[in-house]
Amino acid sequence: MNVTGAQVLFRALKQENVDTIFGFPGGAVLDIFDELFRSDIRHILVRHEQGAIHAADGYARVSGKVGVCLVTSGPGATNTVTGIANAFMDSIPVVVFTGQVPTPMIGGDAFQEVDITGITRPCTKHNVLVRRIEDLGRTVREAFYIARSGRPGPVLVDIPKDVTRAVIEEKDISWQPNISNNNNNGKYAFTPEACMKALDMIRKAERPLIISGGGVLLGKASEEFRTFAKKLHIPVTSTLMGLGGFPATDPLWLGMPGMHGTYYANMAISHCDLLIAIGVRFDDRVTSKLDAFAPHAKVIHIDIDPASIDKFVKAKASIVGDCKPILNFLNQYVSEKGFTIPEGQTREWLKQIDLWKEHAPLTYCRTGKTKPQHVVETLYRLTNGQAIITTEVGQNQMWAAQFYHFDYPNSFVSSGGLGTMGFGFPAAIGAQVARPDKLVVDIAGDGSIQMNIQELATAVNYNLPVKVVILNNGYLGMVRQWQELFYGKRYSHSDIANVPDFVKLAEAYGAVGLRATHPEEVESTLQQGLNEPGVVVMDFHVEPEEGVYPMVRPGAPLTEMVLSKEEKAA
Amino acid sequence: MLRKVREQEQTISILVNNQPGVLSRVAGVFGRHGYNIQSLCVAETTNPEISRITLTSESDPDFTEKIKKQLDKLVDVQEVIDLTGPAYMQRELMLIGVTIQQETISEIMRAIQMFNCRIVTMSPGYYILEATGHPDETAAVLGYFQPFGVKEINRTGAIAVNRKNPQRQM
Repeated sequence: MNVTGAQVLFRALKQENVDTIFGFPGGAVLDIFDELFRSDIRHILVRHEQGAIHAADGYARVSGKVGVCLVTSGPGATNTVTGIANAFMDSIPVVVFTGQVPTPMIGGDAFQEVDITGITRPCTKHNVLVRRIEDLGRTVREAFYIARSGRPGPVLVDIPKDVTRAVIEEKDISWQPNISNNNNNGKYAFTPEACMKALDMIRKAERPLIISGGGVLLGKASEEFRTFAKKLHIPVTSTLMGLGGFPATDPLWLGMPGMHGTYYANMAISHCDLLIAIGVRFDDRVTSKLDAFAPHAKVIHIDIDPASIDKFVKAKASIVGDCKPILNFLNQYVSEKGFTIPEGQTREWLKQIDLWKEHAPLTYCRTGKTKPQHVVETLYRLTNGQAIITTEVGQNQMWAAQFYHFDYPNSFVSSGGLGTMGFGFPAAIGAQVARPDKLVVDIAGDGSIQMNIQELATAVNYNLPVKVVILNNGYLGMVRQWQELFYGKRYSHSDIANVPDFVKLAEAYGAVGLRATHPEEVESTLQQGLNEPGVVVMDFHVEPEEGVYPMVRPGAPLTEMVLSKEEKAA
Repeated sequence: MLRKVREQEQTISILVNNQPGVLSRVAGVFGRHGYNIQSLCVAETTNPEISRITLTSESDPDFTEKIKKQLDKLVDVQEVIDLTGPAYMQRELMLIGVTIQQETISEIMRAIQMFNCRIVTMSPGYYILEATGHPDETAAVLGYFQPFGVKEINRTGAIAVNRKNPQRQM
């Protein structure tokens, strides 16, 4: 039997158990969309290709599966580049299919032609231009394998139009992935020796601390991680990407470290004698001044990517591999073989941490205009901490991370590495597609939400009842905060004062729009919005010049924190 | 942190899938991490599906370890081998165009013999010489002929293999 390239693509997608695609059609992918018309795979039609890639990203983060995105050649492909870079920085498994002009026209500046494999080479885990239909099935299977194996990441498959139209004898198709690269084949499986060395270091520790990151969530190892930390009774701080990996309501929890981390997390890092790093890559927003980072600590680094080890922070012991089996191995000793830190050895340390917690808890001034932190806190209370929260980037993201306390893995979806404004809303759409049973809330700023506002049409069209909470301060808030602190309050082009009218905008798209201008309206507005069955945009007019604190100045040691605006003024 | 400590020439060999775009991926890793490629040579191996990229770069001593970790991440990279040091045979081929004058010809002819160069072609007053050897030797050849008037040179860059039987097909 003869099949077309488009049919080969869909058979491969079926073999990979794909049930959802986020996409936007165009000339070069008409044959693929024609096949999609006959397929039972669900397609979510976005309004801009950037929305599709972010939605696929959000879908992947929440479902733990590979997100899939399908766009046309040229501008369709380039519109996904920001989202691809975003997924690359946060190690999110996404496969992007881009259309390409027919093979004989490639390189001739044809209509809607762009060298998308060339453009995305530095920001994909792998990409490939499929020139022959014979290679299509195998290549698609390989793309999925690469996206999810090892340290996950985005893979782009560029398919010329003539390849989608070509016809092949079924028997001539090869489906079998053929990947010989050792790095993807588990060459870096951990050794028991490395684990024993780590355990030996843990046994001797007087001031141990765990810093966990996105790797724990990507490795689906939250359960194992909780057991490990709780059994050994070691305090935990998690990076932005790691939020939800350890319950924020647990007494061992210290909150997020870094530039806008808690006082006690940063103090603990700066004074610990053993730092157990699990699935982190020591981003500059976490370490701040590298020479002053964890100056007294020996470091145990557990990571799946050998290139992360010793990249910034020298590890005394490193365990390279998937953190789930590693933690399982360690837990055998911790849970079954009676391994423990000698009684009383960490008592002083835990007492010290409690003192730090009392000295400077996360807080804000509650008088005056509506405080954005108050909105997030109220949202946390009204949702019992059960919502999936996505964020945009900037102040809204930091307040969400600080004041919504994440107890569950994959409940916090945020652009960590790239810091992409406009990520949160389409990511929320993807999250809602993955989890129709969950309440999904995008915590946004009035700047970020406008970067992919067109996806309101997508959410309304597919009745994906995402709730958008806009912390509207009339500024590009984080830019304004830096200008306030480091540029003499010269608010150069960060003032976007209260345009547009988000309530009317929501209504124009067929969503519900609500507004709260006073603190006493916050709870009732949230309650009303969360009770609505459909898409809701809630516009909270908040204190325009509220800042995110604590704050470590860029390049300063973690111990040098400005704890509040008042302290800064003093 | 890519701090340059002490620069020295490193030779590494990268076995890659013989496919379009692979060289660009490899070069991209060097560029992104701030390493300059000094010389580069690409050829098929005993297995036509695998190519061997041999390159040299002047870098700090932990360069190979760092770059190896990054190159290992590329799906099309099969293996990264450090070929720096005496366990490896290194060779380079160089073509030099030298101007010849009546008063220098005898000295040039003597040097050609001494360095084991070959005259590839000659025209009145101008010889093209071929020199092969360890990159240090080709550099010495070049250094010697330069005062006579070298008009053009081209070098392949170093290639290298194991001195001993590697016990497998490469």
